[in-house]
Amino acid sequence: MEILMSVVIGILFTIATYLVLSKSLLRIIVGTGLLSHAAHLLILTMGGLKQGAVPILSENANSYVDPLPQALILTAIVISFGVTSFFLVLAYRSYQELGTDNMDELRGNKSYE
Amino acid sequence: MNNFVILPILIPLLTGIFLIFLTRKVNVQRIVSLISAIISIVIAFTLVIEVKTDGIQVLQASNWDAPFGISIVADMLSALLVLVTSIIVFSVLIYSFKHIDADREKFFYYPLVQFLIVGVNGAFLTGDIFNLFVFFEVMLMSSYVLLVIGGTKIQLRETIKYLLVNVIASALFVVAVALLYSVVGTLNIADLSQRIAEVEQPAIITAIAILFLVVFGLKGAIFPLYVWMPGSYYAPPIPILALFGALLTKVGIYSILRTFTTLFYHQPEYTHSIMLYLSILTIIFGCIGVMAYMDVKKIIIYNIVVAIGVILFGISVMNTEAIAGSVMYTLHDMLIKSALFLLIGVMIAKTGTSNIKRMGGLMHHNPLLGWMFFIAAISLAGVPPFSGFAGKLMIIQGAFKAGHYAGGIIVLFSSLIVLYSVMRIFIYAFWGEKKEYDLAPEQKKDNRFLMLPIGILIAVSIAYGIGTEAVYTYVSDAVQVLMNPSDYIQAVLKEG
Repeated sequence: MEILMSVVIGILFTIATYLVLSKSLLRIIVGTGLLSHAAHLLILTMGGLKQGAVPILSENANSYVDPLPQALILTAIVISFGVTSFFLVLAYRSYQELGTDNMDELRGNKSYE
Repeated sequence: MNNFVILPILIPLLTGIFLIFLTRKVNVQRIVSLISAIISIVIAFTLVIEVKTDGIQVLQASNWDAPFGISIVADMLSALLVLVTSIIVFSVLIYSFKHIDADREKFFYYPLVQFLIVGVNGAFLTGDIFNLFVFFEVMLMSSYVLLVIGGTKIQLRETIKYLLVNVIASALFVVAVALLYSVVGTLNIADLSQRIAEVEQPAIITAIAILFLVVFGLKGAIFPLYVWMPGSYYAPPIPILALFGALLTKVGIYSILRTFTTLFYHQPEYTHSIMLYLSILTIIFGCIGVMAYMDVKKIIIYNIVVAIGVILFGISVMNTEAIAGSVMYTLHDMLIKSALFLLIGVMIAKTGTSNIKRMGGLMHHNPLLGWMFFIAAISLAGVPPFSGFAGKLMIIQGAFKAGHYAGGIIVLFSSLIVLYSVMRIFIYAFWGEKKEYDLAPEQKKDNRFLMLPIGILIAVSIAYGIGTEAVYTYVSDAVQVLMNPSDYIQAVLKEG
């Protein structure tokens, strides 16, 4: 199962990289979303996937899942959720102000004075 | 256990939340921020004294014992950085009163600064690597908004890039933490250090270390990951630029210092030699940058790159002198960079341009500004007895002692180029015939008040330079912990 998940994570990273390297701002944002999904999935996989057990450690539990990765993912998801929504608002606002969502036209050599 | 350690994080957090409710009352916001900044300085000062007398202070959040809960750890390095941060914030806030425009003040400028400080102080004080990520995000989230606040075209354009770079860096940070957890099975820095020492850092951990170097290098702007910085830092108004330039990159470099002295120090011939080459390239590319531009903002921004290179060089040499030099130089650089940014802010306000070729004769307009710039410039370059000297001297001593002669000479040579770059600003802007600048009526402001915060920073920096001997007794405590991770481990884990 871990190996299958690792492959999935790899595919997600590939797609995310492809999207981030594209020119349209919206695709880039979708790319960053996928990138953080891949990272979250990686935490989950790295904690060890054990099916059919709960993340509770009591003194006489026979099997349990490590609860820490789940806590980490929850934190990371909330953060990436916030950042993505900010990014979307920023993209919309800059599209209104700058009139383009093409990264080629957003290079740093233009001044607005 | 010491609850005092959390205060540098808690006070800006509460102030920030409180300020959100006062958005329209700008004067109240100013007073509250200022009071909070003064309290923070007092607390940071007390923390430094406490760490000096009683050793490393630790708080286990919610009383969970060390490897399981989140530890907040104040060793001397963290305490000193928190102190310098609070002094800078105090000065920048005073400067903002007269420099930030009213619209930005009404749209959450002051709360955002407080939240930025939560992230910065949190990153300095945390003893947990995932918590470090969380505080990084707190800091970055505020910095995104501070960068775009005001919504001018250039700010929007540059924030997109800054945001994208940092989102990718954060994803890599999560990846690095996940991999580290899967290999070592803990996230507490003290516990990590102990376990990595037990297994003597196998190759997989070295690979993770390099991933951490990439992540922190992106935030700290080391070669080749600094390319986002000159563009993004150029966009926001001067007080925000001063905060970013003084604090954000230093958080990145602090994280490198912490992780590569406390966690990943077993394979220095691999990790630290990569850092050595990167730092030298950072210095060289920074030097090219400072010479290439005629724009004051760009010149000082590229000076950040040079300073980051010098500090990283000290870290990568990894002996007591060089690390002490790096710590000394970091503290100095935070103070003097913020002072320089605030100074060029006044120059730009007076002349209406940031191109030094269009400036001239400012010495006639404002001699005080000229002299303060001169002092800031030579202490940036490291002329004794000012503050940059001791740090650089120790870095170079350490480098020569470890046999890195070429690196040491490049650091020395970079000082000359830094001196050249700031003297060029001084000569173009302050010497020459008195010029009249045609400013729009609303741009003509009385800038005398702005001298106060700059004066505070320059005074602290001069005191730092002259009192190097006294400061060194504190810095040597910090280096003691960095060079002997067992002290750190003892302090955090024995608390349980």
